[in-house]
Amino acid sequence: MATLNLLVVVCILYVALLFAVAFAADRAARAGRITWLRSPIVYTLSLSIYCTAWTFYGAVGFAARSGLEYLTIYLGPTLVMIGWWWTLRKMVRIGRSQRITSIADMISSRYGKSNLLAVFVTLLAVIGTTPYIALQLQSVTLSVATFARNDLTTTVVPDRDSTALLVAVGLTLFTILFGTRNLDANERHHGVVMAIALEAVVKLFALLAVGAFVVWGMSDGISATLARIDASEIAEWRVPGSRWVGLTMLAAAAFLCLPRMFQVMVVENEDERHLRTASWAFPAYVMLMSLFVVPIAAVGLDLLPSAANPDMFVLTLPLLAGQDGLAILSFLGGFSSATSMVIVAAIALSTMVSNHIVMPIWLYATGGSAMVSGDVRSVALRARRLSIAGVVVLGYLYFRVSGGGTALAAIGLVSFAGVAQFLPALMGGLFWRGATRAGALAGLLAGFVIWLYCLFLPSFGPSVVLPQTVLDHGLFGFSWLRPQALFGAAGMDGVVHAVMWSMLLNTAAFIIVSLLSFPRPIERLQGAQFVNVFQHSGTRGSWTGGLAQSEDLLIMSQRIIGARDAQAFFSAAARRQGIGGYLPEPSPDFLQDLERELSGSVGAATAHAMVSQIMGGATVSVEDLMAVADETAQIMEYSNRLEAKSEEQARTARQLREANQKLTQLSVQKDAFLSQVSHELRTPMTSIRAFSEILRDTEELSASDQAKYASIIHDETVRLTRLLDDLLMLSVLESGQVTLNNQHGSLSAMLDRAVAATGGTTEALRIHRDRSTEDIHLHTDLDRLAQVFINLITNARKYCDAQEPELSISAKNDNGILIVDFIDNGSGIAMDHQDVIFEKFSRVGDLKASGAGLGLAICREIMARLGGTITYLPGQGGAAFRVSLPLEARLAAQ
Amino acid sequence: MGNTVLLIEDEPNIIEAISFILARDGWQVKTHSNGHDAIRAVREHDPDLIILDVMLPGKSGYEILEQIRADPDYGEISVLMLTARGQVKDREMAERAGVSRYMTKPFSNADVLHAVRALAGP
Repeated sequence: MATLNLLVVVCILYVALLFAVAFAADRAARAGRITWLRSPIVYTLSLSIYCTAWTFYGAVGFAARSGLEYLTIYLGPTLVMIGWWWTLRKMVRIGRSQRITSIADMISSRYGKSNLLAVFVTLLAVIGTTPYIALQLQSVTLSVATFARNDLTTTVVPDRDSTALLVAVGLTLFTILFGTRNLDANERHHGVVMAIALEAVVKLFALLAVGAFVVWGMSDGISATLARIDASEIAEWRVPGSRWVGLTMLAAAAFLCLPRMFQVMVVENEDERHLRTASWAFPAYVMLMSLFVVPIAAVGLDLLPSAANPDMFVLTLPLLAGQDGLAILSFLGGFSSATSMVIVAAIALSTMVSNHIVMPIWLYATGGSAMVSGDVRSVALRARRLSIAGVVVLGYLYFRVSGGGTALAAIGLVSFAGVAQFLPALMGGLFWRGATRAGALAGLLAGFVIWLYCLFLPSFGPSVVLPQTVLDHGLFGFSWLRPQALFGAAGMDGVVHAVMWSMLLNTAAFIIVSLLSFPRPIERLQGAQFVNVFQHSGTRGSWTGGLAQSEDLLIMSQRIIGARDAQAFFSAAARRQGIGGYLPEPSPDFLQDLERELSGSVGAATAHAMVSQIMGGATVSVEDLMAVADETAQIMEYSNRLEAKSEEQARTARQLREANQKLTQLSVQKDAFLSQVSHELRTPMTSIRAFSEILRDTEELSASDQAKYASIIHDETVRLTRLLDDLLMLSVLESGQVTLNNQHGSLSAMLDRAVAATGGTTEALRIHRDRSTEDIHLHTDLDRLAQVFINLITNARKYCDAQEPELSISAKNDNGILIVDFIDNGSGIAMDHQDVIFEKFSRVGDLKASGAGLGLAICREIMARLGGTITYLPGQGGAAFRVSLPLEARLAAQ
Repeated sequence: MGNTVLLIEDEPNIIEAISFILARDGWQVKTHSNGHDAIRAVREHDPDLIILDVMLPGKSGYEILEQIRADPDYGEISVLMLTARGQVKDREMAERAGVSRYMTKPFSNADVLHAVRALAGP
């Protein structure tokens, strides 16, 4: 006999295994080994959360009660998967390109990022999913109870509620642990998906094992089983055509609209191509799941007492045969089905609740100031965690309140019908550009009300929520308002009736209101994005922005996506715009990208609201408005395509223009340089020529004059030579063909040398040094560094305009960087000249200037070659230059 | 026709050379060595001829020339321009500004003398 204790131990071990798998997968993903984690097979297996405990246990019960009808539940999704090319592919593409986080986000994003719509969808999803979660809890408790009844070693039947509570707490923990690791919903939940894939394998294996045992172990093979099926009432075709078609359509719709399906199918999708595999693999999985349903039901009906719950045949049959191991396996299969559904549903719903309800309220309550000062990230994570707990608690409460009496499959269908109300808005949004927000709201509202009135409330049973009189005679006594015979359509199956009316009125309201209302510009733009997602993924509702907001945006983004990612994103954007640093211009393109990035974390509507709060609410520019109002959809598409092309051309042209500008600039610089060189050479040559002619042509020149003129010629020749030397040195330095001759030496010796070379300290220039600071060892090209010092001292000698010129030289070792300051007591260099003094031929002081204005240019080039810098230090009283050089000389040249 | 020449030039050695040459030929040479107040120096010295350098501290020779040409008293005076920048466009700029004669440095002493005589004459 299988003991309850054994079951509990196995169960705990299994849960531990799930935790381990999820943990290992998360670790592997973070270490970058995700290729095997994300194969199309794993994707397909994760889709199998469609098969919940409802299908695991309930399908057999369904079959036992109403024959082959259970197949509709599998047929719908199979049709959707086979037709993936038309719908799923588009949803996944949009989901990825718009960074969609949930089905509420998808619908809200399509209809102009309307948060009202998102809230509505979220509420509907929560209402529709809560019974479903309750259903899973119920199935686990029911199966435990079944075990307990069978366990003869104990008479203790575990308390129904405490089992459910235990399961709920465990699931909440698991989901919070692995589901809210990342804020960005687009960063996928590898651990969760891996655990779900494992559970998918377990449940399939369990059901196949039970099926095989039933067919070959309990019923003597296939033919005997077939005979039993023939004999049972399952073989009778009892499904009316309308119900058959209705349920198939319903299942197909639910497959697309269930928040948890959307989560695994679109949000967790890693690669669009995985759909191609899933399109055949998922139907195959579902077919295997349904393979043994009828045999198990038939054998169960035959062998078990008629009072036995057919929903538990999968478990009771092995127990009947004394196959404890198989029974435990079967229990694990059901357990897997239940837990995986709850986990993914909780993640999906919590994302919706936190993004569309909690965050907007919080943003509103804090007046938008918090996104700059507060920590949005932790608030969002906390909101998501609380939402997970909230969703599971709701399911648990529903379970407690409803008492878990209803047949499993019935609740499932009610849920399906609820979420199916998203379908018109979703499909309309994907394929019809005329769909508007008002239409979507109207359709959802109509569908929701009818679903609530005709299916959800009556599902609690007569007189629980709806009084019997309403059921019999309609609301306020209007017979055409009878919940199960709306507008007099009596005699229909309850579910089909509700689905028909809700979908009909939903779709009608959606289309009519869409046609009557005029879409806002942002809806138009989003509509074009969604409907034509395969043609272009470009222009969206554009932003217009001033410059000052970039910093606010960065601060906000850091709070949401984390400092490192935000900075990387901003600096990449700045680089694309050709700007250095972290703050790009808030161009429309950049803001769109940013919004999309943020929407991965907090949803499109919230991201839009956050950005618009900073950007001053400029949602759509006037040009956009004009364009949208004036042009029909088709013209816009066409012009979009043209625009893309002409943008390409404009970009090329801009690049060419930039290149040309650069060349022109270079040419202007070259001309200026030549002109300067010409001037600097011609000036001394003029003196030389003039005086040599005077010496040659003038008779009776006095001896002193002769000597004077000869010395002028001599000085000018020296000047010319020096100029040529400087020019050559500069040209060599600039071309980078310098061979550095690195030597060891001390700073103090070098300064001695430089001071001596410039004539030492004299009345003309008093030089102050602090030798105690100069004991710094250097390894660099000493000659070139000395040249820099010489030029600086020479400049002070030439240009310092103080009465008693003084120059103080101070040195220090600042964390491995040598810093030498040269500060004189003159009047310094005017602010507007400070940035040109290092240019060639710039002489800012007038008159006395005997140099060609190359000294500082040479200093700058030398320092660059040595791997250091020379800068002007403003605000030091006189002219002040700072030479800095890393002491560990890295060879900057070559 | 008088014989006063105003030399506006900032290089001391060139000032000395030109002064020497012209003085020996009998000219009264006045000198001025920056651009700021060149036009004031013209009024002060009231020359018959001006020799003007292009690259002057404070104001370029072209600007000074334009000022001279706009002046009611000295608008017609002969100006000989000396420049160390020999490009075609420099010459064009000088001509647009209304130069009387344009010479590139370095020059021969005889050429300067001829030019001055021709501009001052007959």
